[in-house]
Order: sequence, then C-alpha cells, then structure tokens
Amino acid sequence: MIASLPRPAWLRAATALYLGAFLLFLFVPLTVVAVFAFNNAPYPAPPWHGFTLDWFLGNPAAGRVGLFRDAELLGSIWTSVVVASWVTALSVLVGTANAFLMERCRFPGKQLLSVLMLVPLVIPGVILGISILAFCSRLAELADSLWGLDLDFLRPGLVLVVLGQFSFVATIATLMISARLKRFDRTLEEAALNLGASQAAVLRTITFPYLRPALIGSAAISFLMSFENFNTTLMLVGEDAPLTVLMYGRMREGASPVLNAVSLFLMLASALLALALMRTGRRGAERTAATAADAA
Amino acid sequence: MSTPDLSVEQLDKRFADHVAVDRLSFAVERGSFFSILGPSGCGKTTLLRMIAGFTLPDSGDIRIGGRSMREVAPNRRPVNMVFQHLALFPMMSVGENVGFGLARRGVNKAERARRAAAMLERVGLAGAASKRVEELSGGQRQRVAIARSLVLEPTLLLLDEPLGALDLKLREHMKIELKQLQAAFGTTFVYITHDQSEALVLSDHVAVMNRGHFEQVGTPQQLYYEPATAFVAGFVGANNRIPGRAERVDGELVELHTAQGWSVRARRSGSVSAGDPVAAFVRPEVASIELEAAQLPPQMARYAGEVQSLLFDGANSAVLIVEQQTRFEFRVALPQTGRLADLKPGAQVFFGFDPQRAICFTAGSVHV
Amino acid sequence: MMLAVLLTPALLWLFALIILPHVQLALLSFRERIAPHTYAASLMQYRTFFSEPLYWGVFVRTAIMSALATALTLLVAFPVAWIIAKVARGRASSLLFVLCLIPFWVSETVRALGWLILLRESGVLPTLLVRLGITAVPVELLYHNATILVGLVYTSLLFMVVPLVSSLESLDNSLIEAAYNLGAKGPAILRQIVIPHAAPGITSGCIVVFMLTLGNYLTPNLLGGKNSQWFTELIYTQFIVRFNWEQGAAFGFLLLALSTGMVALGLRVSGQRFVDVMRRA
Repeated sequence: MIASLPRPAWLRAATALYLGAFLLFLFVPLTVVAVFAFNNAPYPAPPWHGFTLDWFLGNPAAGRVGLFRDAELLGSIWTSVVVASWVTALSVLVGTANAFLMERCRFPGKQLLSVLMLVPLVIPGVILGISILAFCSRLAELADSLWGLDLDFLRPGLVLVVLGQFSFVATIATLMISARLKRFDRTLEEAALNLGASQAAVLRTITFPYLRPALIGSAAISFLMSFENFNTTLMLVGEDAPLTVLMYGRMREGASPVLNAVSLFLMLASALLALALMRTGRRGAERTAATAADAA
Repeated sequence: MSTPDLSVEQLDKRFADHVAVDRLSFAVERGSFFSILGPSGCGKTTLLRMIAGFTLPDSGDIRIGGRSMREVAPNRRPVNMVFQHLALFPMMSVGENVGFGLARRGVNKAERARRAAAMLERVGLAGAASKRVEELSGGQRQRVAIARSLVLEPTLLLLDEPLGALDLKLREHMKIELKQLQAAFGTTFVYITHDQSEALVLSDHVAVMNRGHFEQVGTPQQLYYEPATAFVAGFVGANNRIPGRAERVDGELVELHTAQGWSVRARRSGSVSAGDPVAAFVRPEVASIELEAAQLPPQMARYAGEVQSLLFDGANSAVLIVEQQTRFEFRVALPQTGRLADLKPGAQVFFGFDPQRAICFTAGSVHV
Repeated sequence: MMLAVLLTPALLWLFALIILPHVQLALLSFRERIAPHTYAASLMQYRTFFSEPLYWGVFVRTAIMSALATALTLLVAFPVAWIIAKVARGRASSLLFVLCLIPFWVSETVRALGWLILLRESGVLPTLLVRLGITAVPVELLYHNATILVGLVYTSLLFMVVPLVSSLESLDNSLIEAAYNLGAKGPAILRQIVIPHAAPGITSGCIVVFMLTLGNYLTPNLLGGKNSQWFTELIYTQFIVRFNWEQGAAFGFLLLALSTGMVALGLRVSGQRFVDVMRRA
C-alpha cells in the first residue's frame, strides 16, 4: 500500500524480504562474475583458491594469458569500439535529421513514415541481421554479374555489422532527439531572429545548445547498444569478431576467468557511462537512458 | 509632424476560416506608448507578428521609420520584441541574453559585456550579468527581456502581453515600471494586451481592436468617456448595458424600452431612428443610489429597486440592484464616503442616472 | 529544399536497411532450388516447416516459453515497480530505480556468464547446496527449461519495470486514499483502481518483453545448451551453418509473423495504438 496509508507489520516485513530477494537476484550473477576474475584457478568456479591478478596481467609464458596479454580479446574490444563509433555517428546524425523532419516539416505520408521509423524496434534482431545479409549478398551478386564488380564490403564483415546495428539504433536516437525537440519552445528561435540572428546563428546558438543533452544522451546510448549488441551482429559478422561475439564463442568452449576479467571492465565502463549521463541530466537522463534501453 | 515610427497601410491577413487583420491602416507617433487592446482572437497577435516579420501579410505595407518592410526579413528589421512568455534563452546567462543581439551584429566580446552591463544597470539589474535566468524573479526577467531588446536601440519595441504571466501585485508594479522605462528611453512602444487597465494606465494612445479592425483609436480618456462604438463602450471599463428598442428620438436623447418594458433615456451616439434595436450604456459611477427618491439629483431619471447583493471591492465597491418592475439587473457604484455601505440584500432603494451621461448606440454592431 | 535534405537520410535508412532487405528475404523464402543456380517460385520452404514436427515443435515451444517468461517477468517486476513508484520516497525511490537499471547497462553476454558460473554443476550454487547438506552430490542446474526462464526473466526485467513505474507514478495517490477511505481493502484497490490505471504500462511492458524474448538467441543458447531448442537457433543453423538461406528466410518470416501477431493482439486486447505504446516504451 502507498506510504501515506497504514501498513501492517507483516506487509512491511514481506516488502523488505521481497526487496532483499530481488536485489540478490539482480546482483548475485554480476558479483560472481567480478569475484571469479580474481580466483587463482583455471576455471571460474568454486572453491576459492586465493587471490590473483593473473587473469589481468598473466603472460603466456606462465601458462595463463591475462586480459592485457590476450591479443585476440584486445583486438575484439578495439573492433567493438570502431563499430560502435560508426554506429553512434550515423545514428545521431540520422536521428537528428529525422527529429527535425518529424517535428518541423509537413509533407504527405508523414504519418506512415513515423510508423515506419518505429518498425525496426519490433523486428527481432536476428531477422534484421539475416534480411540485411540476404539483401547485401544479392546486391553483391548483381554488381558482380552486371558490371563485374567485386564489392567485398557487401559480404559479411564489419560494414554489414555497422549497417545492421545502425538499422535499429537509428530509431532509438530518433525517438530521444525528437522527444527533446518536441518540447522546444519555438518562440526562443523567433526571439533570436528578432534580435538579429541569421538562421544559421539561431541553429548554432539556440537550437543545438538546447538539443545538446539529447545529442549526448543518444550518442551514449547508441554506443552502448552497439557495443553490447549480439543478435544482429552474430548474423552479419565476418572474420573480425566484436567483443560480444568473441566472448560468446569462448563461453561455448568453456569459460576461462579471463572472460570474467573483461566482463569486470565492461561493468566498470558501463557504470562510468551511466554515472556521467546521470550527472548531466539527473533523473531526466536516467529516464531517457531507461527508455532507450527499453525501446531496444 | 515628423515621420511616424510605425505606419501601417491597408494591411490585410486572412486565414482559411477567418479574417485576422482586415485592411487596417494606422500610424504611431515617434516616442509614444501605443497600445492595441482587444479580446483574444481579435487579430492583435497576428498584427504584431506581421510587424515583427514572423507572419507575412496578404497585402498592404508596414513602414518602420519611413522604410517599407515588405522585403525585409524578421532578423533585419529595426524592431525588437518582448515575447509573451519572454523567451529568455535558458542556456545563457543574463549577460549573454542581453548581449545576444550585439553578438549577432559582430560587436566584440568586451564591448558586448560593457554595453550589456550598462543596459542592465539602466533597468535596475546592476551586477546581474553573470546570473542564470532561473535565478531571477518574474519581474527581473521582465526587465532582462526589455533590456535585451533595448540594448539594440530599435526604432520600435513590440510588447506581446508581457505582464500576462505575472501575479496581480507584481503586474501592478510592473505597469508603473514599464511606463517609467518608456519615458526614460524614449523608444516607441507598441504594446498589445487584452487587459484594459494595462492599456489605460500605460498608453498615450490606445487602439481598441475587434475582428481585425480598429473600433476606435484615442487617448485613454477618450475611450473611457467618449466611446465611439458599442463595442468600445462594452469593452473598456465597467458598464451597464441595457439592450432594447428605440421608442422615440428627441433630438440628442433616445427613449429606449427593454423587452421587459423598462424605459430609460440616453444620449445617442451616431444616428438612431425610432424602431431601431439599440443598447444604452451607463457606467456604474454615473448612476446614483439613495434610500429616498427625493434625495437623487433632479436631472436624473429615478427608478425603484431592490438590493440584490453588495459587491465590496474597496474604492470600486458597487451595489447590484434589480429594477422593481422588470427585474433588470443594474450596477451602481457605492459612494466613496462609505455612506450606504451597510445596505443589506433585499433593501428597497432608489437609483437613477443623468440621461446626458448615458450613451445609446444602434445595436447592429453590438457584440460584447 | 530543406525537406529534401531531411527526407533523404530517413528514406535511405528505411528503404536500404529495412524495407528492401525484407522484400529480398520474402523473395528468398518463396523459392526453391531446383538445380545449381536455378530457382523456381515455390511454397516448399513453408511446407517443410509444417510437415516437419521438429520445426513447428520448436516454434510452438519458443512461443509458449516466451509467454511464460513474459508472465513471470510481470509478476516479479510489478511489486518492485510498485515500491519504486508508491512506497519508497525521494532518494530511496531514485536509488532503487537506478539499482534496477544497472544490470542492464552490462552486456547480456556478461549476465549469461554470471548465470553459468552460478548454476553449472561445478558452479557456486550446486557447491553451496552440497555444503549445506541439501544435496549429496553437485547437481547440474543448467540446461533445464526453468534455467532458461530464469535467464530470460533476468534479461527482461528492465523492460517491464520502466513502463510499469511510469504508469504507476502517474496514478494519483489520492485515488487510492479515496478508495481506502471508502472502505476498500488492498486486493480490491489493486483490482479496481491500480490495474486498470496501469493497464497501458502493463501492455507496453508485456509486448516489449515478449518480442525480445522471442527474438533472443544468447540466453536460451548458453543456459539451455543442447536442450534449449529456441527458434532463432534454427534460423541461425539454416542461414549460417547449412547455408540454406531459402529455408532460413521462411523461418525468419514465421518468427516475424508470430512476433507481429502477438504485438497486434496485445494492442487489440488493450485497445491501444502502436505509436503510443512504442513512445511510452
């Protein structure tokens, strides 16, 4: 019952018990991942063999390859960063254009377009992946048979991964930026014009500064969504595997604590990103973050 | 006479379903405080936006300082505007807000800061330049919005109901402050409002606007004492409106009968013929109330009535009386002396007014 | 001019990455290979699906498990959403909300790794059970249906908590106080006031969770192992392992149809518009 109404003791106890169990459920899996990154044993499993930093620093000569010596893992992190950077740049750019399109322009078919823009969110990621894979292969075949061109970038690989992730991250960026643009008081732009600003100066000094939190927020969310994406990526990946795909492959072979080590880093990075976002926008940003993650 | 700062010629603006501004022409003298007063939807906002350049007229011309604005973009007009909700830029400090227009003109940073600070000082906000907009009170924001415009030394300052969002007390205070600011700067102000008291208190001239045209342009005194149309009589100041039919026209005086048969006399404005539908307007302070009929001044028509309620409002206190025979509701100002302040509902009284100070219009254009 | 500049990226995006690829996928699914590099229009891919019990068995199983996971997620998330929206106040409420979000800022891979370490035979929980004397030998907790459900609920919680919290927060406390004041008890208030008010949030949450669960690959695959039998795995096998794109495309469309059908059904039942639900989500 709500706080202003009397709650019997048993209800308070039940609430506390439930909350405790819930938080345990939420955090135990993450905690064990973190803890076993430091276990001095070749498998991330009990019992506890003592503390070690081998899974971070260990070198191949000693028989344990730590995260910082694991070229394959480090390479996949870099691949993920590159992919995520492209996806972020594309999504924020297209999302901004879409926001202005939907909030500022009138044209026939706008209603239909606004629905279409949401569609990528209701298509399972696996299907987004295979459809883009099939389409790009078809294009490559056509280019080959019509002009004898060998368009290698249309084959499974990082270009397709970027396109695949962008295809739905763009929707999230569009929603976040549109939501802020919708709340913009257009008389601010009129006031700036009235004070002698040119259209370009209005955009630079008024509209974009206002949109900034949404641009930053959507960039952060886009980066995160891309970095963590698995379903779509799995279907489009070529030889260079981004981190999530590589981790999945290794987990199927049998997990080594070096995966715990890299996971710990991911958690820390995500936590930092979340903190930074919340600091910029407080509860607002936290909501948008939740919303965006939710939309995905 | 010098060129007027603003002259509007045959200005016309129609929207799909209605006429917003109907072939309007007027001029505003240099250095004056000109108000456009009208109910919402009368076209005053459209008019103001056309002067600022945010809305394009269908036809007609606007001249500012003698120069036609037909081809001039809104950001190049010598006009600045104080917006209804002020539109201060939340992402900038107070000083940056005031310096914004100067920056657009390419004034360098140091000079901008100096001129913004000087302007803030003139509006009584010395030292506020580094504050954030949210830190200011409603009245202070008002002054920043005005400073932001005046620092550009416009020919014309447009004000779009800027006091609407303030609470009553602050509004009264800002009225006085606005008038003083205008006097101090000497800039021509064009002020739109639906609040007649703002228009009357502030302005040198007021235009009463209705359905896209001006019903009357005049000094506040002219509007109050010599309304040119029934609309102005009904819109400016409190008035008893008595609708009916002209029974007899006797020179200046019209004898009017209401549907219920109450007969009153009033001075005509414009031509009135017997049989016309008409409406008479009587200000509450023109009418008198007494306990005995004989106490009323001799030139007044006298009526018996019953007190319905006492509307106490300090100096504006009034009594609502129903006329005995026809149950017509009539409002009479209470004497300032406090005499009769103890009237009770149901009390039998006599009231009356001087027909020379009541005005009668033909009712063709009465829409209040 | 302006319109063209803004319209181009949107149309490029939607046509090149969404519409045309799906057209291509549809074309693929409606053909069959009759000789090398020779194809004919055919319904064979769909016929195969319906005639092969393994295929539609996995399909139905995926749908049922997803529905179960959605219901469980709602049950687990509702009390927490209620506590965040109505019981906890100020900072406590914000903190709890943030705590709920944190696990979802971490990759699904990491979350699955956590469950693997916890549940596998040599893992934390079986070891603990032996220590406590509950089981004599370590039991394998992975690769059960229940395991898959736990993993799916865990992964989906956020998508249920957020819409629930926002719909519950918009419920005016005085309505509950009024009902209480008029003599209603907890369950009656829940049934007659809270649930009707939160219905849009519940629908949004359920639609999103069902959709994501249906399309999930990682969690069922890692926690279910060989027993997972998730429909996305069939798609992956056809496309990537067997290179039978025609069959994979047909599977893809069947999954899309199921997902879209359930979304439409959810909207119909709750009488909401797609655009509103997505905006809220």
